[in-house]
Amino acid sequence: MLAAVACCTAVGNQEVNVFTTKLGGIHVPHRKNTAAQVPVRIPIPSVVRISTQMHIGAPAIPTVKPMDKVCVGTLIADNPDKLCSPIYSSVSGTVKKIEEVGSAQRTSTFIVIESDGNMTPDEAIAPPIIESCDDFIAAVRKSGIVGLGGAGFPTYAKIRVPSGKIDTVVVNGAECEPYITSDTQTMQNEPEEVINGLKLLMKYIGIPRAVIGVEKNKPQCISALKNVIDTDAVTIKTLPSVYPQGGEKVLVYNTTGRIIGEGKLPLDAGVIVINCTTLAAISKYVKTGMPLVEKCVTVDGSAIAEPKNVIAPIGTPVSALCDFCGGFRSTPKKAFLGGPMMGMPITSFNEPIVKQTNAVVVLDEKEARIPSPTACIRCGKCYDTCPFGLMPFEIAKALELKKPEQLEKLKVNLCMECGCCSYVCPANRELVQQNKLAKSMLRDYQKEKGGAGK
Amino acid sequence: MNEKLIVAPSPHLRSSSATWKVMLDVIIALIPAVIASCIIFGIRCLAIIAVSVLSAVVSEYLFELITKREKTVGDLSAVVTGLLLALNVPVSANIGNTLWQIAIGSAFAIVIVKMMFGGIGHNFANPAITARIFMLISFGKTMSPWTKAGTDILSGATPLTAETLPSLTDMLLGNYGGSMGETCTLALLIGGIYLIVKKIITWHTPVAYIGTVFVFTWVLSLCGYDINPVYQILAGGLMLGSIFMATDYSTSPRTKWGKVVFGVGAGIITVIIRVFANLPEGVSYAILIMNILTPYIDSFTYKVPFGGEKK
Repeated sequence: MLAAVACCTAVGNQEVNVFTTKLGGIHVPHRKNTAAQVPVRIPIPSVVRISTQMHIGAPAIPTVKPMDKVCVGTLIADNPDKLCSPIYSSVSGTVKKIEEVGSAQRTSTFIVIESDGNMTPDEAIAPPIIESCDDFIAAVRKSGIVGLGGAGFPTYAKIRVPSGKIDTVVVNGAECEPYITSDTQTMQNEPEEVINGLKLLMKYIGIPRAVIGVEKNKPQCISALKNVIDTDAVTIKTLPSVYPQGGEKVLVYNTTGRIIGEGKLPLDAGVIVINCTTLAAISKYVKTGMPLVEKCVTVDGSAIAEPKNVIAPIGTPVSALCDFCGGFRSTPKKAFLGGPMMGMPITSFNEPIVKQTNAVVVLDEKEARIPSPTACIRCGKCYDTCPFGLMPFEIAKALELKKPEQLEKLKVNLCMECGCCSYVCPANRELVQQNKLAKSMLRDYQKEKGGAGK
Repeated sequence: MNEKLIVAPSPHLRSSSATWKVMLDVIIALIPAVIASCIIFGIRCLAIIAVSVLSAVVSEYLFELITKREKTVGDLSAVVTGLLLALNVPVSANIGNTLWQIAIGSAFAIVIVKMMFGGIGHNFANPAITARIFMLISFGKTMSPWTKAGTDILSGATPLTAETLPSLTDMLLGNYGGSMGETCTLALLIGGIYLIVKKIITWHTPVAYIGTVFVFTWVLSLCGYDINPVYQILAGGLMLGSIFMATDYSTSPRTKWGKVVFGVGAGIITVIIRVFANLPEGVSYAILIMNILTPYIDSFTYKVPFGGEKK
């Protein structure tokens, strides 16, 4: 628990830890069934549906129209003026249609491409010429790479930092969610790509040090990385196998001892946090010039017949991935992209995978159903396990009573939505969901208050 | 492939914990004390326990039936309340009186103290403690003459008021007068350790509570008061109260420092009542008073979360 946060004072970027604080968390079942499964390539899908919103920021605007011929790596959508990552075709073939799927809140655009089965690469593809920091950032933007750990923040925007502000790169190799082993595959099969990407980042952005955080349940990744590290500037930090080690603030604290305060970014603590697979993708792009068009995805869960790590073109429907993994062993009842703790549920197996998809998990009837919530017994388990020491049971109460000023006091905005509270709750209450609603209520309240002050 | 999928908020994986499992663990932790009470005070203890538990469960069910609320007896919390109240009552000479009186006490605990405040998790006072006080006031004859150990029912004094003290071994094994579940310290400690190991409770409240009573009475004995701190912590309802009642979730603080404050406060009040008031026992009153203060203890022991700014 939070033993002595008050005793840590920040002096510039240098932390003085009088007492060390151990952050809370939970022991989730690992279920890393696919850790030893070398990724296999899926047969070329006949149709891919590529979303124009596979990143945090503004949606990309299609640059192709139906009947256009495209190759693997042809630019199909971009929005250069906004925070946006360009999108490339993942197959060669013909643009069939540009599909708008609307709901009351927002519309999503998909570019549907029919594959010709040849996977012809685009002629224009050539390794980028990088001579300066600006060249590097431009290349990372052009690569279409976003945060591949799942968040999908455009990487070029993350590394575009004021010079001298960052002294450490924190590489996220925690992979703390159950089931997922796609980062494990990157680290154990392509450690040289991870380290090469890291060195490029350190060289061009001008960052002297790096630390790679890996959970101790992946000793094979630690030794693979150790074998290729040839500099003292890069160290590996073995993290405990306690969920959520991969949470940004948790990772930064456990690797560097620095605390990212309320409303602050890793930049303010002098660090850049980047996923290991993202680094490998940068390295591969710099070598080949082929943008991000495919992804290694862990396909697992109680309903999947043969769990596998699958390399699939972006836009491949989830159904094709499931078929490739032997179909279902039992009736699928719930499916989500990402891990079971924070993954996004999908409504249909026709949904395509996106850039930041690292896993597809399909659960059977038994695991899909969560018992209905009962009354809070105030056991405080949510508070005891929250990595940040938030009080979800009090937040839920303040939300119910519609008291945004109380939510402000309870610091609900610090919640990273890791789900530990809901996981441990004996009354099966949807605590993290209530935290999300509470954040939204607080946002409205602060907006209103800010507006009234003007 | 066209199966309908469940769409629900994450996390999609939950631990196996459940309210009824928590309550079942408390019941398991009380089994040594139940067995000890039967050995020390005779098998009729089981009759008292059965009536108390039955009354608690039935009154919760009836209340929910009448008020058209969801039935919650399956969470076993009423069983825990009934069991705890029974263990807080002495075996009196007139078993018939004890039986109907505990039935009323148990119903009082559930209906007045728990359900009228919103049911499980919403009550501010511990139902069993409050019902015990209710019974002390209403049925003084049943509640005050502490039964001596053994099969013969003779009224005797609790060691807190007795002139000749039982041996320490008897104190640990519970071979002396008192409420049926509070005398066997050993059985209660086994239950407490079980609860701590199973992470149902933490050590903070019991240790702070018992420690405070020990230190405070020791200081008083140094000041010339005729009290023995060892007997003070072994006798009366202190073990039962500090392990099983002061750790009740909805009526005690949630922060670790809050639990310590609760324990220290309850310890001080207990000693004050035992030494300075005209009552042999203070645990129930001490816990009830601390129950009332719990929201305040929680708010002043609130810790700013990791990365939060203090204001």
